[in-house]
Amino acid sequence: MPATRTQPAPTLLWQPGEAVWSLQLMGDWRGFVPPSALAAPSALAAADDAAAPTLEVDTRQLTAWDADLAPALWALLAPLAQRGVLLRLDGLADDVRAALKLALPDDGGDDGGAATPAADTLPLAVRQGRGAWAELGITVGFVGELLLAGLRLLRGRSAMRASDLLHQMDETGPRSLPIVALTTFLVGLLLAYMGGAQLGRIGAQMFIAELVTVGVVRELAGLMTGVILAGRVGAAFAAQLGTMQANEEIDALRTLGVNPIEYLVLPRLLGMLLVAPLLVAMAMLVGVLAGLPAAVAIYDVPVPLYLQKCLESLTWTHLWIGLFKGTMYTLLVVVAGCREGLHAGRNAQAVGEATTRAVVKALVWIVLAACASTVVLQSLGF
Amino acid sequence: MDVLLRAEGLTLAHGDEVVQHDLTFDIRRAEVLAIVGASGCGKSTLLRHLIGLQPPAQGRVMYGGHDLYACGDDVLAELRRQFGVMFQAGALWSAMTVGENLMLPMRLYTPLNRRAREQRARFKLALVGLDDCFDALPAALSGGMKKRAAIARALALDPALLYLDEPSSGLDPINAGRLDALILALRRHLGTTVVMVTHTLDSVFAVADRVLFLDAREKTMTALDAPRILLQHGPERVREFLYRAPST
Repeated sequence: MPATRTQPAPTLLWQPGEAVWSLQLMGDWRGFVPPSALAAPSALAAADDAAAPTLEVDTRQLTAWDADLAPALWALLAPLAQRGVLLRLDGLADDVRAALKLALPDDGGDDGGAATPAADTLPLAVRQGRGAWAELGITVGFVGELLLAGLRLLRGRSAMRASDLLHQMDETGPRSLPIVALTTFLVGLLLAYMGGAQLGRIGAQMFIAELVTVGVVRELAGLMTGVILAGRVGAAFAAQLGTMQANEEIDALRTLGVNPIEYLVLPRLLGMLLVAPLLVAMAMLVGVLAGLPAAVAIYDVPVPLYLQKCLESLTWTHLWIGLFKGTMYTLLVVVAGCREGLHAGRNAQAVGEATTRAVVKALVWIVLAACASTVVLQSLGF
Repeated sequence: MDVLLRAEGLTLAHGDEVVQHDLTFDIRRAEVLAIVGASGCGKSTLLRHLIGLQPPAQGRVMYGGHDLYACGDDVLAELRRQFGVMFQAGALWSAMTVGENLMLPMRLYTPLNRRAREQRARFKLALVGLDDCFDALPAALSGGMKKRAAIARALALDPALLYLDEPSSGLDPINAGRLDALILALRRHLGTTVVMVTHTLDSVFAVADRVLFLDAREKTMTALDAPRILLQHGPERVREFLYRAPST
């Protein structure tokens, strides 16, 4: 029930002095903090350690208060105490004074006056620019470390375990198969259905097979595999490594002289490198065959003709470009997932953020790589 | 006194924020050094610098004639293998059993066969009272058990220098006392040097030869001496800390 105010309104008066300022609290402060209590006068707030005055808190005319008084005074006085203003709180009621003495920096709480991080006063754009630059540096450094780890593996000096490689191949390959097959099947079906409708306007339904084959083999199978693995594998890598980082498990590896890139990232990368072409090839097959039901049932394309046209339009160039792109996308997924996981913060929230960043980064990188590779390969005549 | 590790003019920082500055001290062979101070004063951060996990903003850490941060990755990895580290939360590798956690360093850096590794791992677990947890996964252990398992793992390679980050926190009094006895036994019988970050004053007085006090306000070390000497003659804030009685 709200307090009934029957006494003088809450008031706060600052009385400046040469060496001693006075702060008078008057009236009934129950349930209300006057706006004048939100900030100290600028002359006092700008005091520095060397010439900081003393501030006496006078509460003789304070008639009533409640639990809000201590937080309000703390918000007002803590910045002054940090600037070296000496506070005299003798006039306060015992309970309020005790709470303030614990909370105010000069008297220290449990943290013993440990430093609090200074607020960053740089403009947001500058901070974001610096952050992006630092992120880029971390990514480049991570890729460099990964290449060095690969070189050490080639020289037979890697800490990577064969059992970890096999485990990762199992995790990324066979376990991803159903979801990759399902999505590429639906994409192939959709492509045939929509493509057939457009081709039908000019009476060219027999080209559905070419459209589906080239579209799926050259672009969509790899793209869909990359996108699915970004969500399934990239996120898992970021979460696994991020949790290890938060639990200091990666530090524990480092203290043993074990390179976490070799021990944790390399098996994931190589596992993906080995299974990705197989996954993409399987996605190609499923996607191309998925066009068959739509072509046959809706556009009356005979089954033998569809299959014949598929084989005719399938060239080695389309095939290797599709496999190359798909493998490249999946490697980007691993790099994004492991990079974010290894550089995650040391708490549960940071692991979640790292996982989100890994998926977003992988998707952006995949789209950028798809655009760039398509332009480059087309301009090279492939 | 035989100096095992020397910190020279260390400044510890998180980004632009200086946590501690001008830390210069020796760690003597076969001593137990306790690093104490208020929460957030940088004790664990100092430990990470001493282990070679986080380069200082200034200064250097000398161990075995090498500056940990100027000796190259291969030498640093070699030096760090002489350290046993128990992290604050245990940091057991969660995908492995407790036994595998202990056997991994042995498999990487000793010529022991699997049978010998297992025997040694079981022995180390018995030292911390966890001999029946060899096949358990870390997730199945309580917080205190994880800590004890982590101490056993830190001992896996019989380190010359054992770093313990809050070893007693979360332990019941029996196991905390057992841990103190283990630290003393390691020092006495194996000559192990122990550096521990702790808030547990009972442990400090029970096992520490010297106490290094990090002051949160001064942001530097303000005392380094035997605990009972600091209790009597140390700076005021150190005595307050050791007496657990802040002045009013």
